Amino acid sequence: MTSVDHKRIGIMYLVAISTFFALGGILALLVRTELAMLGDTIMDADTYNRVFTMHGVVMVFLFIVPSIPASLGNIIMPIQLGAKDVAFPKLNLMSFYLYVAGAFLAILSLRTGGVDTGWTFYTPYSAETGTAVIAMGMGVFVAGFASILTGINFIVTIHKMRAPGLTWNRMPLFCWGLYATSIVQVLATPVIGITMLLLVLERTLGIGIFDPALGGDPVLFQHFFWFYSHPAVYIMILPAFGVISELVTTFSRQKVYGYTAIALSSVAIALLGFLVWGHHMFTSGQSIVSSIVFSMITFLIGIPSGIKIFNWIATMYRGSVWLVTPMLYAISFLFLFTIGGLTGIMVGALAVDIHLHDTYFVVAHFHYVMMGGTVIAMLGGLFYWWPKFTGKLYHEGMGVASAVLVFIGFNMTFFIQFVMGSQGMPRRYADYPDLPWLEPLHQFSTIGSYVLGLGLLLVLFNGIWSLFKGKPAPGNPWGGASLEWTHTTSPPDPHNFSRTPLVTHGPYDYYTVFNGAGDGAMGDGMGDGANRPAPVPVITEGAPQEFDKQIDLGTRQA
Amino acid sequence: MASSTATVAAPAHDAHGHDDHHGHDHPPHLKHYFVTSEQQFEAAKLGMWLFLVTEILLFGGMFVAYGIFRAWYPELFAEASTQLDTVMGATNTLVLLLSSFTVAFAIRGAQTDNQKVLFWNLVATVALAGVFMVIKYFEYTHKFDLGIFPGAAFNPTSDVVNPTEGIFAHPRAGVFFSIYYVMTGIHGFHVLIGMVAISILAWKARQGKYTSAWYTPVENVGLYWHVVDIIWIFLFPLMYLI
Repeated sequence: MTSVDHKRIGIMYLVAISTFFALGGILALLVRTELAMLGDTIMDADTYNRVFTMHGVVMVFLFIVPSIPASLGNIIMPIQLGAKDVAFPKLNLMSFYLYVAGAFLAILSLRTGGVDTGWTFYTPYSAETGTAVIAMGMGVFVAGFASILTGINFIVTIHKMRAPGLTWNRMPLFCWGLYATSIVQVLATPVIGITMLLLVLERTLGIGIFDPALGGDPVLFQHFFWFYSHPAVYIMILPAFGVISELVTTFSRQKVYGYTAIALSSVAIALLGFLVWGHHMFTSGQSIVSSIVFSMITFLIGIPSGIKIFNWIATMYRGSVWLVTPMLYAISFLFLFTIGGLTGIMVGALAVDIHLHDTYFVVAHFHYVMMGGTVIAMLGGLFYWWPKFTGKLYHEGMGVASAVLVFIGFNMTFFIQFVMGSQGMPRRYADYPDLPWLEPLHQFSTIGSYVLGLGLLLVLFNGIWSLFKGKPAPGNPWGGASLEWTHTTSPPDPHNFSRTPLVTHGPYDYYTVFNGAGDGAMGDGMGDGANRPAPVPVITEGAPQEFDKQIDLGTRQA
Repeated sequence: MASSTATVAAPAHDAHGHDDHHGHDHPPHLKHYFVTSEQQFEAAKLGMWLFLVTEILLFGGMFVAYGIFRAWYPELFAEASTQLDTVMGATNTLVLLLSSFTVAFAIRGAQTDNQKVLFWNLVATVALAGVFMVIKYFEYTHKFDLGIFPGAAFNPTSDVVNPTEGIFAHPRAGVFFSIYYVMTGIHGFHVLIGMVAISILAWKARQGKYTSAWYTPVENVGLYWHVVDIIWIFLFPLMYLI
């Protein structure tokens, strides 16, 4: 627990965020169960407020913000860069313990009655409600430091720790995604920090910055809050883009289409993401001009996101698509994220948003992006890298079943919510006595959430099963071409590499790595460019290069 | 990259390659996961710059709040700033500027292996920071004596201050002082952290830990101290002068 090895810290983070994902998930199921029938069924309205607030806070601040970067990013990124560790291993460990401390403070708020403000803590209500906003605010503040430290660490690692020959345009796209994420973490998180601090001071001292009764401005709180929390959406989704880029190219056995476009569109999203916070506030009374400007910039975000989607599809086009579990998740992502993104454009349009603001349409939209995007990508990445960092193969059949269950359950839960939202179902309501015709729709959604929960349980079971019963994984089970597959074992050596790799080709040059004339042919191959061999043996049976051969020979069965 | 290629070309050692034990001499401060001292120094410095960016953004939020409230109540802010003691504020500005100068000299001392210059300039920096905090203490306690507390406790009553006259009659007078206390308070907290950090540096410098071969902590704390100074350079005119 005091190791400073990035792989161990990553695994510690993985266990911690999985725990909070389970907690947040259970709370979500409670929310869905309450909504399945009209009237108070399993909890009263006050309890409901506390449960959905806790669900939001746990999922946003304790699960999804640290999810991919702190777990998979910590484990995989330094290896992809050919580094022995991140630039500041001790800060990395400190980040984990700050995260734990923040989580502890947030959980502590439960003991004093929970928080009923929603995860957005809007003033003036959050300055007045009798619940434990102070503990929760400090929890978010402390967890924010963990996020900042991870961001700083990753930026410095990517700038300074790349192996010789690993130029910026030979860097795997997962690292590009994390780089863009880290920029946002470093630039946005301090603002939520000071916002939470001011909120706590507002409650303790009544400093009057946000409370209109004291001459303050509650809309200022919303501006501060969304100045962090909208970019934070990109903290959540950009690493997922990175994961999907890796999955799509590896399992299509094709060089990624438009590498530069995908890499730079991540950075573009990171930067544009700072200029759209006002689209959360169309109904807050901000000026018409700023609403229009925010709406226009919001539409602009669709461009780099669209570039990514088209490039991923182009990568799959005419590739040897290998439909194993991680690829199934990647394809789910393409469907779900596209729906999430397009509905984002809809609620970004001023006239439509006035109608849909604070309804289930918005709830469905951001769950399609956060869960259908980030969580699905994280599950895909988890299956993809699981053999690498555990050294065990997971059960393929169970993996496929979980991917199918999650896809079906997710769509059942949330697609219907678009319909409910457009029918006027407001978010955060414990009951809907005026909209009785929505009851069957709510029940459908609730059943979907159970299917989704079942699928996620299967993922957990698969992981535990593989640790005890799984077959030992080869160094490169997928035939990947980036350094974590070609230059180290599964699980990796404590120092990652037996010697520092010298990188002579891009991260997706499958042909050079596996079929090139020099692959293993030139002995050591030191210093003679493309002929350097991949030291980890490539598996030969049932692997994608067999598909290649079958296609070449014209014997492949579709 | 040229220097790191050299390591790659070095003869391969044992299969598991614990690179930190292989023959040629590493400087004691060089962590095993860095290839060269320059790489380590550059990494630490870049990390510090990024941290300072987060500091600027942290204060940025408060400067935005200041700007908005100033735009709303301009006459209140113009009047209320006259309540702050310009002489004390200006003295503090000079004290901090001088401390930036001494910390820069300390780094110079480390770079030129002049242990005396390094140590005594660090001590001088801590002392100047102490002077800053003492002056701040007198300013705060004077305000408290007049009943000028932050937030809800704001209750200006004394022989000197008439709550029914001038800016104290303004219904939002408390907001200016709240912002003043929050901003200078958080800044003062940063000064305290800087004092602790520089004291540790001085203590280690006494033991001769920092030489021209390795003085990363001195450099980085120096950068931090300059940022604390710069933030005050903005706070002083905004709060005291205009």
